[in-house]
Amino acid sequence: MRVDVAAFLGAYPFRRVPATSPDALLRAMDRVGIDEAWVSHLPSVFWRAPAEGNGWLYETAARERRLWPVPAVHPGVPGWEEVIGDAVARGAPAARCDPTYYGLDPAGAELRVLAAACGAARLPLLMAVRLEDARQRHPGDRAPELPAAVVRALIRSHADVRLVVTHADRAFIEEVHFGSTPEEAARIWWDITWVWGPPEDHLETLLATVGVDRFVLGTGQPLRIPETSIAKCDLLDLTVAQRAAIESHNALTGLQAR
Amino acid sequence: MLIDIHAHFYHERTPRADWRERNASRLRAGDKIGITIHVASVLGSWGRTSPIYFPSPPDVELGNDALLELERLHPDRIRGYVTVNPNYTAHACAEIARCLDAGMIGIKLAASRRADDPLLDPVCERARERRVPVLQHVWQHRRHDWPGQEASDAVELCALAARHPDVPFILAHIGGGGDWQRSLAVVRGATNVYVDLSGSGVDGGMLESCLAAVGVERLLWGTDLTMDTGWAKLRYLERLLSPADLELVKWKNAARIFPRGAFPAD
Repeated sequence: MRVDVAAFLGAYPFRRVPATSPDALLRAMDRVGIDEAWVSHLPSVFWRAPAEGNGWLYETAARERRLWPVPAVHPGVPGWEEVIGDAVARGAPAARCDPTYYGLDPAGAELRVLAAACGAARLPLLMAVRLEDARQRHPGDRAPELPAAVVRALIRSHADVRLVVTHADRAFIEEVHFGSTPEEAARIWWDITWVWGPPEDHLETLLATVGVDRFVLGTGQPLRIPETSIAKCDLLDLTVAQRAAIESHNALTGLQAR
Repeated sequence: MLIDIHAHFYHERTPRADWRERNASRLRAGDKIGITIHVASVLGSWGRTSPIYFPSPPDVELGNDALLELERLHPDRIRGYVTVNPNYTAHACAEIARCLDAGMIGIKLAASRRADDPLLDPVCERARERRVPVLQHVWQHRRHDWPGQEASDAVELCALAARHPDVPFILAHIGGGGDWQRSLAVVRGATNVYVDLSGSGVDGGMLESCLAAVGVERLLWGTDLTMDTGWAKLRYLERLLSPADLELVKWKNAARIFPRGAFPAD
């Protein structure tokens, strides 16, 4: 079984991206053998009130059992606590926050309060380090990438916080993992979409040093073609159990255990 | 057959202590992917004794010698581009002659001098004489200079290609960073410029845009520093193209622009 924790629905504002509809996403999942996807509403990452996209996301996911909604939550917008409550009530696997796109201080008090609220609700908080390669971003796309220091600070902010960090590279992951206590590091999951395979072998190295239990399958589709994350796994010499851990088990047990 | 037209190898006189592992990893991953031939370059000392993109003449020779040695060790798997620094014109021309005579099959221009600079003309004239392609490192839509390299973009490469219509040029790593849409718009009408699909970028829509811009006959498959993304793009193309067109991208287009006999099926 394969679960993609980093998929999107909806248009991207900075370039034309094909296959952003639910049907197209499902076809892409079929193409590469992904059974289920955690889906975020891409346009609302850029909205002043990102939670306004959650209604559509819940309705869409309700029609398709393979899609799990990851609602957006902006801790600076009044009513954000209800988003957390809604997410728990609707069985969302996580809530997402993209503070640098929201114009929030990612190391600020609002984020720490949000992380604590998610921790108290036993709801993982999902954050993307980036959505595109910094070298190719649109001139108007100026949100900074998520700093590693922010992830370290958030995981320390509340003992129940669990984070899913997507689109991180090897250096970022190592900085956070080895800059955290083992207890803190055990509450962070990393998706593999931005981690390089051979010949640099960053993913192989991280699986050996950080541990297989910390990684989940993510693709970033449709901004990225999902074949990449599958190819990364195919290039590794993983046992059946290790591969299952990355492709579904870690997401289904470690993260969804509430 | 599958030709990776954009590969790199390392050697002992680089800053990397893990150079043997990286070389072995490339060959091992190539076996899994099904790569028949890695067409590679070595950029001098990779920064140890001169900058990666501005290699000194001694480092150019050092890197090219290391690649020739790898070719000798793996004659069935590795072919070479001779890397040159066109700021040293006489040395570059001599190095091209030396390394092509020794079996290399193309010329690598990294980022030592802007692609539209007249200093590149003697290099391209050698490429025409020897009927080899030129792989030009490209920053897709360079808006300003970046540290450590005098990067070129598609506009500059196309200006060079227009001056040398009989030479096939390869626009490096369309997925290697920068605005690839801009590059594709520029190379559309430059019929002697081929698009190398390598690079870590795997953007949704990029491969469709490549096909729309230059057609399947001007696409070349490659990996550069990330073989996982190269394999992913190949898998995606398997769904997008007919088997006959896929063969063009996998090796037949490459076989057309590299010297006859460069690859096993030629």
